[in-house]
Amino acid sequence: MSWNERIRPETDASEKRSAGKGVFRKCDGCGETLTAESFARNFEVCPQCGQHHRLSADGWRRLLLDGATFTEWDRHLEPADPLQFTDGRSYPERIAAAQRNTSAQEAIEIGRASMDGVAIAYGAFLFSFMGGSMGSVVGEKIARLFERATTERLPVVLLQASGGARMQEGILSLMQMAKTVAALGRLRDARLAFVSVCLHPTTGGVAASFALLGDVNIAEPKALVGFAGPRVIETTIRQKLPEGFQRAEFLLEHGMIDRVVSRLQMKNEIATVLRHLR
Amino acid sequence: MSVVLPFEQPIAELSQRVRDLRALAHGDARYAAELRRLEEKVASLARELFRDLSPWQRVQLSRHPRRPFFHDYLERIFDDFIELHGDRTFGDDAAIVAGLARYPRGPTGRPVMVIGHQKGRGTKEAVRRTFGMPNPEGYRKARRLMELADRFGRPVITFIDTPGAYPGLGAEERGQSEAIGQCLLVMSKLRVPVVACVVGEGGSGGALALGVANRVLALEHVWYSVISPEACASILWKDGSQAEKAASVLKPTAQMALELGVIDQIVEEPPGGAHQDWDAAARRLDSALREALASLEGLTEEELVDDRYRRFRSLGAVRA
Ligand SMILES: [Zn+2]
Repeated sequence: MSWNERIRPETDASEKRSAGKGVFRKCDGCGETLTAESFARNFEVCPQCGQHHRLSADGWRRLLLDGATFTEWDRHLEPADPLQFTDGRSYPERIAAAQRNTSAQEAIEIGRASMDGVAIAYGAFLFSFMGGSMGSVVGEKIARLFERATTERLPVVLLQASGGARMQEGILSLMQMAKTVAALGRLRDARLAFVSVCLHPTTGGVAASFALLGDVNIAEPKALVGFAGPRVIETTIRQKLPEGFQRAEFLLEHGMIDRVVSRLQMKNEIATVLRHLR
Repeated sequence: MSVVLPFEQPIAELSQRVRDLRALAHGDARYAAELRRLEEKVASLARELFRDLSPWQRVQLSRHPRRPFFHDYLERIFDDFIELHGDRTFGDDAAIVAGLARYPRGPTGRPVMVIGHQKGRGTKEAVRRTFGMPNPEGYRKARRLMELADRFGRPVITFIDTPGAYPGLGAEERGQSEAIGQCLLVMSKLRVPVVACVVGEGGSGGALALGVANRVLALEHVWYSVISPEACASILWKDGSQAEKAASVLKPTAQMALELGVIDQIVEEPPGGAHQDWDAAARRLDSALREALASLEGLTEEELVDDRYRRFRSLGAVRA
């Protein structure tokens, strides 16, 4: 359930973009070496093989939102330290480090935006901030996203990339699962659409709360989406997991998501769904 | 089966002497005073030893093999229980038991839906019930029966005792995440009183799936948190054997849950823990449960849903 259950770190290419042009990178899929710029131009999708590499929050806004911009809500919310948690390094120190490294306050951004002319309430997890883990602030912001969308009569588009609940806030992180889903319940009662987009990875407490309760569930190709981490499952059942287990295509085959959508088609597909459900 | 944790050794020995003497006395009045004296000694020793239990010791008590399970409470405080099976989709999961019953016992009893995680006693039954770790079918059965309770206006009472939802290949294929998420959603909307009792292990999302209640009670020696101490240790220090240390930072105790507003009440256990006296543990839980239900008496359907919404909405530690 926890956020940092071993998930293979993937290069956050867009963050290295600042290193400048001419920097070369190897594709995680085909192994081809290309310029960082050619990845960036293609929203971190490999132009050779179509492998999806991690895209920054800023990249997602440019990809999906009209004018590449949104009106952010509740940016000021910051975490507290309810358990005085420490594992050698204190939780507040970890938060401060994450804030420095990402120049974000927390692991999600929410706000009002427009997508292909459709007004939406938009949320996106920042995996680079403590593995996109959901503690009290992330839970609060998601609850506010659903509540405010309900009041302002907007459909919700939420991009998940999270290892799950944040261990450092203990049981309060667990409670965010109930809080967010209850708020989603109000959106549903108001007959407003929820398009859930599962990026790599979407696991643990985020998967087991709202992420698979979309009116339409979408996942990126090869995104890992599941409840328990593969390593935990292998230890439990003492056998090797099949190739492609818990990947987006596996979920599609087992009826858990509606569509596997390439990043480059994402805006078009979501906008179409939103128009159909308007 | 006699399992005694190191720190409860003195209590276990004294309790055994009480039981021996009671058997010997056969209700003989001459032994009554001596019995009472011994019983009081057990109680005060237990109070003393248990006053400063560490979080890890409480975790161990919550998993005590002699600890009463859901069914042991069901037998003692409900009437006319009739178990209902199956998720109507794929199967029946023995790790969650559910059905209709009358509560409380006696003339004031009324029909309720009771749902709980069920661990098995003995290897064979424990395996059949996957050690109280539900598969998606368990959560879908729970959800089906909560919806039934909602339609018929029956209060829902849940018992939480699970190390977590089952981490298996089949569980993932059949949508463990979705099954838990749906349980949370349905529970948050129930138009009937809902009371949850944490009676053993409250392991993560698999526990919370039965925990979205208007009132949440917890026995004294339980753990309830986002992750088990073992899993926490293996993430922090790549070493599951450091669970004791992990428990001390994770603080998964009922006391911490109460401080944070996650639970509403701690139900005191009999001296030495619930496993020392199942009847007494059940009586104490019974009276707390009655009070919790009584406190929801008279609320309208809408008020019940709002009460639950606000309860969970307020949980969290956020600096604005
Ligand atoms: Zn490639």
